[in-house]
Amino acid sequence: MKRPSGPFLLLGLLLILPLMLRDAYYQHLMILVLMWVAIGSGWNLISGYTGQVLFGAAAFFGFGAYTAALLSSKLGVSAWWGLPLGGILSVAIAFPFGWICFRLRGPYFALATLALNEIFRHVATIWESLTDGMIGILVMQTFISKLPYYYVALAIAILSIVTVDVVMRSRWGYYFVSIREDQDAAESMGIDTLYYKMLSLCISAFLIGIAGALYTNYMGFIDPKVVFSLHEISIMAILVGIVGGVGTIYGPLVGAFIMVAVQEIFRTGGFGILHFIGQSTGWPFMSGVIKYVSEAHVLSFGILVIVVILFLPNGIVGDWSLIRKFLIKSKKPAV
Amino acid sequence: MAFFEVQGIVKFFGGLAAVNGVSFEVKEGEICGLIGPNGSGKTTIFNLINGYFPLTKGEIQFQDEKISELKTHQICQRGVGRTFQVVKPLKRMTVLDNVIASAFLRHHPRSDAIKLAEETIEFCGLTHYKDKIAKSLPIASRKRLEITRALATQPKLILLDETAAGLNPHELEEAITLIKKIRDSGITIIIVEHIMKVIMTISDHIVAINHGMVIAKGTPAGVVSNPEVIKAYFGEDYRA
Repeated sequence: MKRPSGPFLLLGLLLILPLMLRDAYYQHLMILVLMWVAIGSGWNLISGYTGQVLFGAAAFFGFGAYTAALLSSKLGVSAWWGLPLGGILSVAIAFPFGWICFRLRGPYFALATLALNEIFRHVATIWESLTDGMIGILVMQTFISKLPYYYVALAIAILSIVTVDVVMRSRWGYYFVSIREDQDAAESMGIDTLYYKMLSLCISAFLIGIAGALYTNYMGFIDPKVVFSLHEISIMAILVGIVGGVGTIYGPLVGAFIMVAVQEIFRTGGFGILHFIGQSTGWPFMSGVIKYVSEAHVLSFGILVIVVILFLPNGIVGDWSLIRKFLIKSKKPAV
Repeated sequence: MAFFEVQGIVKFFGGLAAVNGVSFEVKEGEICGLIGPNGSGKTTIFNLINGYFPLTKGEIQFQDEKISELKTHQICQRGVGRTFQVVKPLKRMTVLDNVIASAFLRHHPRSDAIKLAEETIEFCGLTHYKDKIAKSLPIASRKRLEITRALATQPKLILLDETAAGLNPHELEEAITLIKKIRDSGITIIIVEHIMKVIMTISDHIVAINHGMVIAKGTPAGVVSNPEVIKAYFGEDYRA
């Protein structure tokens, strides 16, 4: 079988990208994209492949983030130790949670994960002696340049994609998909569904936890409202998965690119284009437009999801053949 | 002790006794037919054997081991495979992947599992559907896929739940041939079936059930002429 060269080309491109793209702002966006690749891959493993919808990715993300932050603020250890430890401790949370809540099926499990997310957010807010509550925790950033962060983020993104790829080619992968397709059939095929769902959740939690620890190290500041945020982390994780393609290896990669881009386009008013139009034309209503557009990014997420579900139910990667067909067809009349 | 034995199993759904004190045994290598009118509790008995529902009372023995308190996947690991009446293919996987997932139970390296899966697919005559997505198969092939998947776990006892329902006469012949082939390969079979042609031609002995209770046991010819069985199927007026 021919090994596809696409992934290696992409890897090469990502390795040299920050050297060409010297603007700190775009480097920052790329770091975010890579972080979302890790979170999206984690979400995709448990929800996309194993079919157990995780509505509370922020629970593991925030837990990883707080692990890194507390290591540095309470124990005086480098926050970088949070990368492995954040992953491992997220697994330690996922384990008892899964053991109890995997007795629930479908939407009930999804709601339980949502509850886990909210529980952690409240604990982090209220337990002020440990977490300083809403004041948040400040961690000194190690590097001024964005390059080291970029490469760490890239390593984590590669780790997550390779992990998911290797797992999905193995026996575990077959079992995960069997459980997604029909849990009763899987049971009667001799698959211990509780065990394998736990396994899938633990791997997911590990990847998401690492991404959380990366966030702390990179941003240098966390508070419960940000890292345990329902719509900025948990829902975003679902969007990255759905837009990119549920149950595809490279779906989270594509999803992360698009979601971060969409978020930024709206947040910055089309990378400042609207602002520029406002200034050059002097139209007074432009400032109002900019304000609404920058606040509309949550709305745009909603519209994007509707469009994707209606036209590309398997996401951009999952329905790539459909997109290609559409593009070829729409080109032909022009020729 | 018998190869497989069901001893006085009882299952209540709320106040309703779906299965009420059923006992029977199956010898190694034979085909046991389970018949009864709609709603008599045949599929429930399968679900009890399979561990899908917990028993209210009674015991199930398989190869000198009590399996009635094990979980479904453990029962499968002991060597009891089953098919579902309402077929449950792993829809978005190919036929081959469906069977590989099953074959992994006893064959660990992936290459071994693929080999067993391909052999089993050929044994069941699904080779030309191998790379099709399971949900695209016609019903006869889906039923066959159920059997293939159950066989890939290499069971010693297989429970076939209406595998011949909804098939046309030609497909029916093929199904009968396949079931005989499975028996000849040394696997014991318990089969639930409505189509008398199937059950009469292949069963070594039959257990007839009505209202969750055994009303007749014995050879196919003996059971079909049993007045209780005729009454259960056709009503009082047809009492022999």
